[in-house]
Amino acid sequence: MADTTTVEHVTVIATESLSKRFPRVTALDRLSVDIAPGVTGLVGANGAGKSTLIKILLGLSPASEGRASVLGLDVAKDGSAIRESVGYMPEHDCLPPDVSATEFVVHMARMSGLPPSAARERTADTLRHVGLYEERYRPMGGYSTGMKQRVKLAQALVHDPRLVLLDEPTNGLDPVGRDEMLGLIRRVHTDFGISVLVTSHLLGELERTCDHVVVIDGGKLLRSSSTSDFTQATASLAVEVTDTTDHPDGTKALRTALDRAGLTVQPAGRDADGTPGSDHVLLVDVASEETYDTVRDTIADLGLGLVRMEQRRHRIAEIFRSDDDADASHAPDASHAPDAPDASNAPDGMTKPAGPAGASAHGNGGAVDAA
Amino acid sequence: MPPETVTQQQRADVIHNIGYRHYDGPRLGRAYARRSLFSQSLRGAYGLGRSAKSKVAPMLLFAVMCAPAAIIVAVAIATKVDKLPVEYTRYAIMLQAVIGLYTASQAPQSVSRDLRFKTVPLYFSRPIEAMDYVVAKFAAMASSLFILTGAPLLILYVGALLAKLDFADQTKGFAQGLISVALLSLLFAGISLVVAALTPRRGFGVAAVIALLTISYGAVSAVQAIAWDQGNSGPVSWIGLFSPITIIDGVQTAFLGATSSFPGGVGPGTGTGFVYVLVLLGLIAGSYGLLMRRYRKVGL
Repeated sequence: MADTTTVEHVTVIATESLSKRFPRVTALDRLSVDIAPGVTGLVGANGAGKSTLIKILLGLSPASEGRASVLGLDVAKDGSAIRESVGYMPEHDCLPPDVSATEFVVHMARMSGLPPSAARERTADTLRHVGLYEERYRPMGGYSTGMKQRVKLAQALVHDPRLVLLDEPTNGLDPVGRDEMLGLIRRVHTDFGISVLVTSHLLGELERTCDHVVVIDGGKLLRSSSTSDFTQATASLAVEVTDTTDHPDGTKALRTALDRAGLTVQPAGRDADGTPGSDHVLLVDVASEETYDTVRDTIADLGLGLVRMEQRRHRIAEIFRSDDDADASHAPDASHAPDAPDASNAPDGMTKPAGPAGASAHGNGGAVDAA
Repeated sequence: MPPETVTQQQRADVIHNIGYRHYDGPRLGRAYARRSLFSQSLRGAYGLGRSAKSKVAPMLLFAVMCAPAAIIVAVAIATKVDKLPVEYTRYAIMLQAVIGLYTASQAPQSVSRDLRFKTVPLYFSRPIEAMDYVVAKFAAMASSLFILTGAPLLILYVGALLAKLDFADQTKGFAQGLISVALLSLLFAGISLVVAALTPRRGFGVAAVIALLTISYGAVSAVQAIAWDQGNSGPVSWIGLFSPITIIDGVQTAFLGATSSFPGGVGPGTGTGFVYVLVLLGLIAGSYGLLMRRYRKVGL
């Protein structure tokens, strides 16, 4: 690559109008993106082209047109060399149930070219790093989903790759397991010095883990920017309070009070990541750091009990569904449109013109409610 | 040295070890990965490196396969016979049911599991290509069958030498037997892997392989018997082309000095024998081609 003068400027993955067409669908459509070392999130709905991109990057599927390089190697010519220094963690289950994690990971290490003794040593190290201890000698059939995900991550790391491709690593995990996995992914870069490309359909997850986020939809690049840009546009706070005798409907009282304080508030019937919520949860747009204080003080003034106050996870759909939502089924969104002027920030970096739809993107929490 | 210093030293060591270490050693690449897959599959075919339960079937079948040879040898040594009661080339034909069971149980184990538990995509995310996977699995299955069928021949041979039978005779017979079971191993491995690779369900794979081997053999022997009864000895040797084990029988009858187990012992002559060899090699190559086609599509 041209710009590989310093470590800082090395591009880990570079694609140049990369397209992949199948007889009936276009999986990737002239995708050009450069990914620098660090943790990069690849976000897209199902069928957005994430898996196709990973396949091409591993040199397993030829592109219809365009070029792509991984670690400076051409995917069309050096697939085998790329796969030697890249780790891959698939989205689906891939562990035979009747062998132990140790045996499985040793085998995968050897499949990556590590000599037997090195394979055993690295397996012990890697399994410890992902947090698997005594249970690694037991057959994997008895593992919990969290443990299985750790083994899958371990097999991707065991040969000390320079880049790992993680396909939906938090799939199927409970909130605690998800947080642990995200922490682990962060450590893969900070402690191990391995670059990470991680796919997800939950933008909120990636906000906390990634330095950079790439959003693709329908095989097209929708947005590629540093995580902080995203966070500004999408931060909101879920607040749940108790009812008291003074305020028999505490949620309503809080909403009124927060409205008066100048904050944008919507009810959330359901968390964006699919966990069922209740009518008692309010979503507050975070305008600045002071928003947290305002919310806290307002609740204290009302004398309500605070059940929870947490960063709400945004679904990536909120960003790219904006176009469809405006004219389609989400009529209730219209009611949010006037009170969410800042939401039009969200599609800033998008290639498509967003128009009034931008507002509905932000009000999606409410929309899910209504649906 | 005061004890505190020692523990501090140790603690420092422990903390030091927890850090991530990079790997700077050699990466042995594609050919090594293919060999690793071969040895893992071969070991797996005897349940090694797998659960205790999965060792039972292959080990039991291996024992059943060797037991008659051991008995024959014991009898031969005790009774001082002047030749072994069984030809080397005949042994595998006699025990074809055991070989069939072993093939049916281990071929799906080798490939259906990878499909079912979706381990195949993981392999293809490593330096190997689809071809390496097919070659490694094919070679491992053929080798495991060769061990299964060759071991009793070795017992017979060692026993024959201990019984002081003619060295040249025995060595020739043993070599012919080994060539015959090597061909048998390749043929059975190819056919059974093609069938097993069609389904991720192990049970289906087992049933399909057993069905293919027994039904074809049953049909061929029945038709041969009918033809023989009606005095048509001509077609008998041709009919043998339609089942794997009778193909081996035909080839070794024509070229490896074996006595045919066809009705009336009318195995193929040299001319028909060439057709047998062609069919045999065609089937082996065809299985390889079909497997390649199958795995080129599997991908991630």
